[in-house]
Amino acid sequence: MSNLNRVTLTLNGKTVSHDVEDRTLLVDFIRDHAGFTGTHVGCDTSQCGCCTIHMDGRAIKSCSLLAIQAQGATLTTIEGLAKQTATGLELHPMQQAFSDCHGLQCGFCTPGMIMAAVDLVKHCPNPSREEIIHGLEGNLCRCTGYVNIIKAIDQGAKVMRGAV
Amino acid sequence: MYQLSYLKASSLAQAGQWLAAHPEAKLLAGGMTLIPTLKQRLAQPSHLVDIGNLAELRAIRRDRATLVVGAAARHAEVASSGVVREAIPALAALANQIGDPAVRNMGTIGGSVANNDPAADYPAAVLGLNATVVTTTREIAADDFFQGMFTTALAEGEIVTAFKFPVPKRAHYAKFPHPASGYAMTGVLVVDTGAGVRVAVTGAGAGVFRWQAAEESLQASFSVASFKALQHSADGLNEDMHADARYRANLINVMTKRAVAAITGESLL
Repeated sequence: MSNLNRVTLTLNGKTVSHDVEDRTLLVDFIRDHAGFTGTHVGCDTSQCGCCTIHMDGRAIKSCSLLAIQAQGATLTTIEGLAKQTATGLELHPMQQAFSDCHGLQCGFCTPGMIMAAVDLVKHCPNPSREEIIHGLEGNLCRCTGYVNIIKAIDQGAKVMRGAV
Repeated sequence: MYQLSYLKASSLAQAGQWLAAHPEAKLLAGGMTLIPTLKQRLAQPSHLVDIGNLAELRAIRRDRATLVVGAAARHAEVASSGVVREAIPALAALANQIGDPAVRNMGTIGGSVANNDPAADYPAAVLGLNATVVTTTREIAADDFFQGMFTTALAEGEIVTAFKFPVPKRAHYAKFPHPASGYAMTGVLVVDTGAGVRVAVTGAGAGVFRWQAAEESLQASFSVASFKALQHSADGLNEDMHADARYRANLINVMTKRAVAAITGESLL
């Protein structure tokens, strides 16, 4: 038995529609069916946060949701953060901050880190160091020791709230 | 994950009908425990009946001395709700310590309580605050609801719809989280209801339980000092690679003292 159902949702501003099994995870829908491979899968246990995306404005782990649960939802992945301008692609302030502060080494966890960070700052525009750490509890980095990630989020938050 | 069929319920009644029609079906709300369990092939339901977005299960409101929280209220909603923060700040703070932000954006109080994981936080809230569990068929007192590891008073097909929390005089939840999973190695909710004291312990035993000796002691004198002669027994407590029973017994003492100190403003030193 392989019952396919059509899942239609908005992904990075475009309507995406695919026939998938009910058991298909949202992250597999995003990567394998929609072709947005910036959202990563770092574990099989819902702990690493590499697959963090925004669904209807809140950060969620796309590996812990069925694609069909996101029927009709509006999703943003790391590919949807940068802005297209007349002169080219302009990085989101949080992406720019990760670059400027060297908030990554191998980069595998970075899409999830940035999506989590953007959500954190949206709800807490001026986070303290403790609030940043609390906000990153669902995202694992095995390279950096987090120091520059925290620095990057602090910097990104400043730009996002217009403090610099 | 094994094959399954997804059904999105548009009402509680419809969810009930589907559960009755498919004996191997499971309810899905936030899915923060269920989906990872399915990914590991530890369960094989024929159908998932999604009740996570039913408006009738999402409301949070205060009705005089009672705070009513819908079963499908997300942890993040409880944590940030002005109504909850005003009525029972300890409940909002507890919700804000569950899992991580992405988990709190999906996970629901009804799912957590119905699952009754021995290390989950919400069972301590329901038992400690002496809440009433409202289901599709009846109301169940917290003291009758929790029946040990992953076991509750819920019958087949019975769906939790809401929780009624009596607003206490004061309360505090002290948690020692596992550093990787975030689950409670031991968490203690101390509640001064105004008429008595309740101490609910999660993460330490086969399921959430009340520490009656501490309740009596705190009722006589609500202070850290009243703990001098108290020590929770290690008998029957959980043992795993992270902590043995004696360690958890000590954590019960320490977390209870921290909760009391947070309420009274006493120093622990």
